[in-house]
Amino acid sequence: MKKVADGSWYCRGIRDGIPIALGYLAVSFTLGIAAGNAGIGSFPAAIMSLMNLTSAGEFAALGLMTAGAAYMEMAGTQFVINLRYLLMSCALSQKISPDLPFFHRLFMSYGITDEIFGISAAVDGNVNPFYVYGALTVAVPGWTIGTWLGAASGNILPPRVLSALNVAIYGMFIAIIVPPARKEKVLAGMIGVSMAASLLAARLPLISQISSGMRIMILTVLIAWFGAVLFPIHEKESGEEEQKEQRKEVFSDER
Amino acid sequence: MKGNIYIYILVMAVVTYLIRVLPLTLIRKPIKNQRIRSFLYYVPYVTLTVMTFPGILEATSSVYSGAAGLLAAFLLAFFGASLFQVAAGACGIVFLLELFL
Repeated sequence: MKKVADGSWYCRGIRDGIPIALGYLAVSFTLGIAAGNAGIGSFPAAIMSLMNLTSAGEFAALGLMTAGAAYMEMAGTQFVINLRYLLMSCALSQKISPDLPFFHRLFMSYGITDEIFGISAAVDGNVNPFYVYGALTVAVPGWTIGTWLGAASGNILPPRVLSALNVAIYGMFIAIIVPPARKEKVLAGMIGVSMAASLLAARLPLISQISSGMRIMILTVLIAWFGAVLFPIHEKESGEEEQKEQRKEVFSDER
Repeated sequence: MKGNIYIYILVMAVVTYLIRVLPLTLIRKPIKNQRIRSFLYYVPYVTLTVMTFPGILEATSSVYSGAAGLLAAFLLAFFGASLFQVAAGACGIVFLLELFL
């Protein structure tokens, strides 16, 4: 079996994980403050972040905990809000080597967040699990410590700094989607349609009441499916298959 | 609070992890169906776009600084800046602009 462990993938993951960690720090700091306000201690708040790595889900959880919701209600809410990870996990299953060992799949799954999925999807060819581990190495402390600091200290970061750091994650998303859209007109069109649909969904009555996680999921399924029906990808044209072949050759040369 | 906080956290973690782990461990072969392949190919772009817009406009203390961050990130990414450069550039623009807003 090929060796999976790879230092250069790990370093690449750390490098791309740094902007994620900064963005996480800002968002989780806000989350921590909200947890403090909800009467949740800084320690359980940090444990929650460490075990869940999901902003929308955790924000929703705070409300449920203070309301004293039933455990089943908590499970149902998390399911609905986080269902988009199911889609991301499906997409990621096609971005990893088919013979990747089971335990790597178990570990990688923990890291399927919007952001780490985003950078993983942007990798050319297959993703090595050590890329995800590298990103997690910086992103998880960012997320966990940020939550802890927010809950423990309240306002130590000036709001101006928080406001600026809040766009780090969005900046990263933009850095992922723009370069390929420059090369492929269909992608650029899909992004335009997605922006319009998303703006509409956020403004329209009723639809805007749906939780943000669910809205993202519904829009993604609808738009990506339309794209798949109208503009099916042709592997040869996009060169994806060729790239994979080339990667395999590179791999076999190395071993 | 009526429930135990650690049970709440455990319930959340189990549900969220199951959502993440099931497809990645169950789908172990390349999907051949072209329509599903195309769908999965488009998923990251659509989902990242939907998360970014209009969210970025509401992420900062003013819609204008958010819009400036969006524009800065777009231009930087368009001209080939790295992930970190784009993220840092967007943060920098927002920070500078909010000194005056």
